[in-house]
Amino acid sequence: MNVLNGLNGLNMFYLIQLLNAVQYGLLLFLLSSGLTLIFGIMGVINLAHGSFYMVGAYLAFWLTKLTGNLWLAIPLAVATSFGIGLLLETAIFSRLYQRDHLYQVLLTFGLILIFEELRSILFGDDVHGVAVPEIFNYSIPLTDILSYPAYRLFVTAVCLAIAGLLYLVIHRSRVGMMIRAGNSNREMAASLGINIPLLFALVFAFGVALAAFAGAIAAPISSVFPGMGNQILIICFVVVVIGGIGSINGALIASLAVGLADTLGKVFAAEYSGVAVYLVMAAILLWRPQGIANKV
Amino acid sequence: MTHIALPRGILIAALLLLALFPIIGTTFYLQLGAKIMIMAIFAMSLDLLVGHTGLVSLGHAAYFGIAAYALALASPKYDAANLWLTLPLAMAVAAIAALVIGFLVVRTAGVYFIMVTLAFAQMLYSVFHDTKIAGGSDGIYILVRPALTIAGLKPLDLEKPVEFYYVVLIALAAVHGFLNRVLHAPFGRALAGIRMNEARMRSIGFPVFAYKLVAFVLAGALAGLAGYLAACQFGFVNPEILAWHQSGIVLMMVILGGMGRLHGAVLGAFAYVLTQEILSSPALLGAYAKHWQLAMGGLFVIIVLVLPHGIGGFIEVTWRRFSYRHAKASGANDP
Amino acid sequence: MTDATLEARSLCKHFGGLVAVDRVSLQVEVGALHAVIGPNGAGKTTLVNMLSGDLLPSSGSVYFRGRDISRLAPEKRSRLGIGRSYQKTNIFAGFSALENCRLAAQSRRPHPFNWLRAALSYENLLVRARRALDQVKLSHRADEIGRALSHGEQRQLEIAMCLATEPQLLLLDEPLAGMGMAESQKMVALVSALAENHAVLLIEHDMDAVFQLAKVLTVMVDGQVLATGTPEEIRANREVQAAYLGDVEASP
Repeated sequence: MNVLNGLNGLNMFYLIQLLNAVQYGLLLFLLSSGLTLIFGIMGVINLAHGSFYMVGAYLAFWLTKLTGNLWLAIPLAVATSFGIGLLLETAIFSRLYQRDHLYQVLLTFGLILIFEELRSILFGDDVHGVAVPEIFNYSIPLTDILSYPAYRLFVTAVCLAIAGLLYLVIHRSRVGMMIRAGNSNREMAASLGINIPLLFALVFAFGVALAAFAGAIAAPISSVFPGMGNQILIICFVVVVIGGIGSINGALIASLAVGLADTLGKVFAAEYSGVAVYLVMAAILLWRPQGIANKV
Repeated sequence: MTHIALPRGILIAALLLLALFPIIGTTFYLQLGAKIMIMAIFAMSLDLLVGHTGLVSLGHAAYFGIAAYALALASPKYDAANLWLTLPLAMAVAAIAALVIGFLVVRTAGVYFIMVTLAFAQMLYSVFHDTKIAGGSDGIYILVRPALTIAGLKPLDLEKPVEFYYVVLIALAAVHGFLNRVLHAPFGRALAGIRMNEARMRSIGFPVFAYKLVAFVLAGALAGLAGYLAACQFGFVNPEILAWHQSGIVLMMVILGGMGRLHGAVLGAFAYVLTQEILSSPALLGAYAKHWQLAMGGLFVIIVLVLPHGIGGFIEVTWRRFSYRHAKASGANDP
Repeated sequence: MTDATLEARSLCKHFGGLVAVDRVSLQVEVGALHAVIGPNGAGKTTLVNMLSGDLLPSSGSVYFRGRDISRLAPEKRSRLGIGRSYQKTNIFAGFSALENCRLAAQSRRPHPFNWLRAALSYENLLVRARRALDQVKLSHRADEIGRALSHGEQRQLEIAMCLATEPQLLLLDEPLAGMGMAESQKMVALVSALAENHAVLLIEHDMDAVFQLAKVLTVMVDGQVLATGTPEEIRANREVQAAYLGDVEASP
């Protein structure tokens, strides 16, 4: 019985790691899909995308403190971020579409500095926890000693649902068709009567909202802390490189791969776990520099 | 893009000004001056990549930082390291890192290149931050600056601010002179061709990958020189020296100063450090000084929206307009 | 098997479901200019791209002086002695005409390890660059910036850049594109002179020029070779007349 229990324990341990990997990967997917869409469609490299993740997380934290209700805080945070995204797009980003990537980098780097400093002014530099909502505030027991937090499963489920929705929208709806048209040929799309400036503004704001949602929903798991956006942004870049710019499918596969690499790294390589993700990227670069989903 | 070379006279004047500065400068300003010049070397090394070859690297701090760490790890705890040994070592380490990473990233282009250079620098950051190789997030101290001893004699003592300033000035002049020569040499002309029309360079027979890789390694080695000097000056090395923030700052300097002109990189370094000093000075801005990054970020945003070619480009355009008007005026007198 | 300078054997290129080039074979020899003609979309530029290395073939092979170069990168093919001019002008717009040619000449003698000597001090490169400009009669514009040159002069510079690399084979993709009468005649004279001691593959729409210059003609339609032969044979070929030449009469 002991041996069986032991085996079971090991399996459960790996199951937990797998669940963590998938949850992390799906969260990354939410962030990366916004990033890759904005790259692919508008041709803008946005270093501040991680800042939107942070905005979502901090807004969720603050609104939860204010209202006592995370379920209220999240939609509010997402709606606010959508508005911020619209504002930023019309005021600033719309002027970057024709500019060299260099200047996009410079400007969005400036935005990161602004966001970080605003965060510091408004919320200080401490790490803050966000309470897991009561409904999910328990753990599902797996063995005598191992259990898995229900909230994490919830996050996984929500991310999966959104991924599915995203797929449907991009591949099955008119809006998605317009997006894909704009992705491949802007002038053609415009001449077909698609209102490009409006489309771009909405896509951008949607990308921001998606990032903010990811930050908000992940806040109870990862807490809110300075620099949280930038840390995860670089991982998103790795995802986009592996998955190929503009490809939602690629972003999904790559996000899960990165989630897996990161989790496996933590299990087997301890201190060097941070390197695992980059090694995967290096391998892809040697094998297929244009990303796994994009055709040559 | 025609490139107005800075007249010899101005270069020499600038060099003289910098050389004579210690006469009037206090220790604080000497240290600030040295810091600016170190950043200028760092910026010039990146300008080789960004401005001259068209490779936008967002991970250049990796080579700056790894050289600093090389010095920190090679320095005895309470003694001075030998500069003649540790400097080449540090630059070699930076060059090797650039070779390995370059081999992987130079095959990409455009936005991908920006992302992967950033990613690999971040990888180095996690190695130094998460592991105990070099003190982790606590960093390492370099308690005694390297010594310049030759045959038992010490021509310059790096511990003295004035002498350290001159060592940095010599390095700055040497790097500027060297890069200037390289850019006018066949190798530099090839890089310019690659920046202008890479496909054409390939079709006339240039092994573009090899050229880019060499440029990447050279830029890495020179960044290493700057990193070494920075470590000397600061006396302390921690993972932040390789962080993406540092990579972003040096890229800002190159862009701000106007790319493709070496003196632009130097100008950008001056402009950035001086702006930072002003914005973060409690004496000037009181309580607001703590949040100087807000103003700095705002400046970047405004500059990109308003000045499309950076400060250096703006100066150049103004100069061109001025000299055109001047030429017109004198030309109008000819029959 | 042959001593043709360039030989393409059954070259195919497809993009997904679209077949752009379908089993095209041809040979090019020194002194016998080989022109490839056909309607727009016939696959001519795709074919040239496979010959110059800008595209890799889906199947088939390319031989240059007996050597299989089918999968060689463009820079390697250039160094073997293949020069290519582009349909859409592809010069270094920010450099002077002389610098364009000097850089092209430099590709042969890169001097990679001398970083301290000024490029302009290498006399041999400048001599070759000037010679190339002379050949295309552009010497008087040597110091003009590329983008300041007229369209016709830019097309001339394209060819000068090829010549500066001293190639044995020239792949010319519509050198006459966008040129007026006088410029066209100059270009035709130039190409004719070059064809005497180079192997030349010419893609062109200007039928007058083609029939003046070509010793061999290949007609491509929808990615396939419709006919290959001497100008007289092609002119007399009914299929070609129907598909392409239309009402172009036999008179030169």
